[in-house]
Amino acid sequence: MIELSDVHKAFGTNRVLRGVNLTIPSGQSMVIIGGSGTGKSVLLKCILGLVHPDKGRITLDGEDVETAARDAFLARFGMLFQGGALFDSLPVWQNVAFRLLRGSLKRPKSEAREIAIEKLRRVGLKPETADLYPAELSGGMQKRVGLARAIAAEPEVIFFDEPTTGLDPIMAGVINDLIREIVTEMGATAMTITHDMSSVRAIADRVAMLHDGVIQWTGPIAELDATSDAYVQQFIHGRADGPIAAVR
Amino acid sequence: MSLLSPVAALGRVVLGALATMGRIAIFAAETLSHLLRPPFYPREFLTALMQIGWFSLPVVGLTALFTGGALALQIYAGGARFSAESVVPSIVAIGMVRELGPVLGGLMVAARVASSIAAEIGTMKVTEQIDALVTLSTNPMKYLTVPRVLAATLAVPVLVAVGDSIGIFGGYLVGVNRLGFNPAAYLKNTRDFLEFWDVASGLWKGAAFGFIVALMGCYYGMHSGRGAQGVGRATKSAVVAASVLILASNYILTEVFFSA
Repeated sequence: MIELSDVHKAFGTNRVLRGVNLTIPSGQSMVIIGGSGTGKSVLLKCILGLVHPDKGRITLDGEDVETAARDAFLARFGMLFQGGALFDSLPVWQNVAFRLLRGSLKRPKSEAREIAIEKLRRVGLKPETADLYPAELSGGMQKRVGLARAIAAEPEVIFFDEPTTGLDPIMAGVINDLIREIVTEMGATAMTITHDMSSVRAIADRVAMLHDGVIQWTGPIAELDATSDAYVQQFIHGRADGPIAAVR
Repeated sequence: MSLLSPVAALGRVVLGALATMGRIAIFAAETLSHLLRPPFYPREFLTALMQIGWFSLPVVGLTALFTGGALALQIYAGGARFSAESVVPSIVAIGMVRELGPVLGGLMVAARVASSIAAEIGTMKVTEQIDALVTLSTNPMKYLTVPRVLAATLAVPVLVAVGDSIGIFGGYLVGVNRLGFNPAAYLKNTRDFLEFWDVASGLWKGAAFGFIVALMGCYYGMHSGRGAQGVGRATKSAVVAASVLILASNYILTEVFFSA
């Protein structure tokens, strides 16, 4: 279980997070929604320790993420980045097996390659893709490779940062379905940040809305449409009028 | 506008420069501390060695060849004013190995390597590849900075040694073919007046310049701003900082090595 208590983060005078409180139960898929620039990615990076909160506490299964042994802590996570964040200098299979080729999870090269090809197959890519370089792949394929990399070491927690941004609706649907299937199959805890409502409906068990640096609303996906929260209603219906300023 | 505004502006510039120097010093200390602690990434080191050393050979070699030739012409013309044309071989050799080989080699490597490292790491930063490294339990300092800094520190002295030889050869070609020196006499003069420390000091300078070049490339790449403009600025800053630091440290090292 991931718990965030009163998490604050500012960049200069820009107070991005102003006291975030949120619990993500184990094995559940939590989707954080919110407009652009509301701090969704910062929140995710705070949990991973890529950004250090100014105040507040973040725990994973009761252990403070700031004091946890770094390697062991990160070994429990997988992450799909918005743009894929694949390493240009490495072929696809080495991107997928990156963690399996070095560090505490190191395996023999042939075994790491086999696992990489298996994970590529799992995300719908042919084994021939393994020896290509990221620059040779389409945007959708890069997302799939990023997804394969995120699940390669069978992590307990997987983060998805805007998984469908920049993809056509069909490819976005494919990625959403893959994420749902993989999270269910692995029994992993998932946290996705997105402003794509089709992703929310396909991926989420629970939804939280981040606005003005705090969680405005959180609840099960089944209650999303019925909630009377004005922020959520404006966001999910894409209205210009409402409590969220259209020009930010 | 207050009368003190220009002073305040100057103060801000000085404080900004001091803060940058402090950050670079901390970055260098961190790099050195990671140099000695595992994990090590030999594959990344060998790749960096090829990129920095082997692929810089043509540019360093050509620079040295033409510089050696020009130096021979200049010394001959200057020496003729006081009938000292015969010093061409020895001055070309000493000038190349002590000063021009390491400095011009360092500057050419700064232009080629610092820019390339800063652009590569800067692009990795803006496309979140550095964040991805961290989430994959890999320290970017160890994986990206240490192999490049170590490779440049070891490769540039070798480049300088090769550049020295080619530069002296350039002087020899001009001396023999253009200025009418006897080939055997030219070589004998070169050998007789060149001392071990002349060569060794240039190689030490090369190691220092290699360290500076890769460090600046990595520092500005890691601190690159967002977007194409941010990467462009990081690249430019890396080359400028590396070039200025090479020239400044060259003076300091020359004082240390030769002020008796």
